[in-house]
Amino acid sequence: MIVSLPARRRLINLASQIGSVLTVCFGLFWLFWILLTLLQLGIPGMNLKVFTQMTPPPGSPGGLLNAIVGTFLMVMLSTLIGTPIGILAGIYLAEYGQTGWLSPLTRFINDILLSAPSIVIGLFVYEVYVVFTGHFSGLAGSFALGLLVIPVVVRTTENMLKLVPNRLREAAAALGTPRWKVITMITLRASRAGIITGILLAVARISGETAPLLFTSLNNQFWSSNINRPMANLPVTIFEYAMSPYKDWQNLAWAGALLITFGVLGLNIVARTFLRQSGPGR
Amino acid sequence: MRTEVEKSKIVVRNLDFYYGETRALKNISIDIPEYCVTAFIGPSGCGKSTLLRTFNKIYKIYPNQRATGEILLDGVDIVQNVSDLNRLRARVGMVFQQPTPFPMSIYNNIAFGVRLYENLKNIEMDERVEWALHKAALWDEVKDILHRSGNSLSGGQQQRLCIARAIAVRPEVLLLDEPASALDPISTSRIENLVTELKKDYTIVIVTHNMQQAARVSDFTAYMYLGELIEFAGTELIFTRPARKETEDYITGKFG
Repeated sequence: MIVSLPARRRLINLASQIGSVLTVCFGLFWLFWILLTLLQLGIPGMNLKVFTQMTPPPGSPGGLLNAIVGTFLMVMLSTLIGTPIGILAGIYLAEYGQTGWLSPLTRFINDILLSAPSIVIGLFVYEVYVVFTGHFSGLAGSFALGLLVIPVVVRTTENMLKLVPNRLREAAAALGTPRWKVITMITLRASRAGIITGILLAVARISGETAPLLFTSLNNQFWSSNINRPMANLPVTIFEYAMSPYKDWQNLAWAGALLITFGVLGLNIVARTFLRQSGPGR
Repeated sequence: MRTEVEKSKIVVRNLDFYYGETRALKNISIDIPEYCVTAFIGPSGCGKSTLLRTFNKIYKIYPNQRATGEILLDGVDIVQNVSDLNRLRARVGMVFQQPTPFPMSIYNNIAFGVRLYENLKNIEMDERVEWALHKAALWDEVKDILHRSGNSLSGGQQQRLCIARAIAVRPEVLLLDEPASALDPISTSRIENLVTELKKDYTIVIVTHNMQQAARVSDFTAYMYLGELIEFAGTELIFTRPARKETEDYITGKFG
């Protein structure tokens, strides 16, 4: 059968369209299955006690309050540690390091750090900090998570600053603006939305990390806001409770998983709307 | 080449310019007269923008660009030794081809440059902003929306905002790099009127690829080709009786 050219093109177009739609559905199917299972098993475990009581021994009623607060504290602390370093390094890469060997080297190492398995980061902090202090601690956990924040923030800061057109830098310099003021008042300001998005994405990434915390903050059955002691956190609690044979622990693990997932989902949505509302240069 | 009539604000002698290894300006010598409009014309890539960008050393942002020779601003060489690059740029303002409002309010777009070198009281700053916007013929359009983002303005308004921003720091020289090429005819004619208005107080150098524009606004015109200054004379003379064949070919449209 001879198919005329437009008809053939239409056929190919149709086939590729169907193919891509199917692929999208395939991806979404698993995502929705995961979310659905999470909701199904997580919602029964959700109640006020989850937010008001400490992690219980098996068989007694309890919640996840200490783990929620612990995760919150550590994520906040690690963001405070990682963000300034990440932004400053990103500024160096985008604004200062146009020549020489330091920028390519930094970029290369940053890429390695970005893709390094998080358990390696946890082991590293264990070796240099936990062994040194002699015990697990929330601070060690924050260091490990902070090390995961840095490469994400470096990368997004550099990319967002590079999106700022050079003519804006020229225009600022042409007024006689010193370099540091061009950066702080013009280029950083122009890429503010993108950089904040990067930080939010980094926060979303670390709030679910389990591996780096196993060797650093470990876990805590009780309320503790002392960052020099082991600190409760959601990922490790989920890990422990989900592996246990106790039904009530498993339910709490599902509730915790639901909390983290929707927390991260929420952060991602916030980050994306942020970026959409004010793109670079706006 | 020189014109004997006016006092020279900028004197260029034997200027060469390099982008990496590429020589973009070849032995340029020219005198820019004070309180006049000087236009640089020529086909794309002839070096007219490059020459303009040496007057405030904006090329210094890029590590692989360099100039050799002499540029005297009020008799002081700026190529070799300039103690404060930013001071120089405050004296020699520049407006670019594309409007480049800063990501801040209209008011702060103007106040930004002023704050760098002057410590004004609020009321004085208000006056300065209004003065600059008046000079740039933008005041009536923005006086009620000064707090709004500079990006919310139209292209022509943005470009006049950039001119106001450059004027607000009260430079001595104003460099205009194809300031109207991205604008519609109405905005263009506004900016041309503005240029004529501004030359009472400033020495203006304008790069343009639009010969009619050069003829309309400038007192002196330089024709450049392939990094060389072919001819420099009074605008009327250049457009009616050019001395060089190449200039005549270009302005009559036989070439370029």
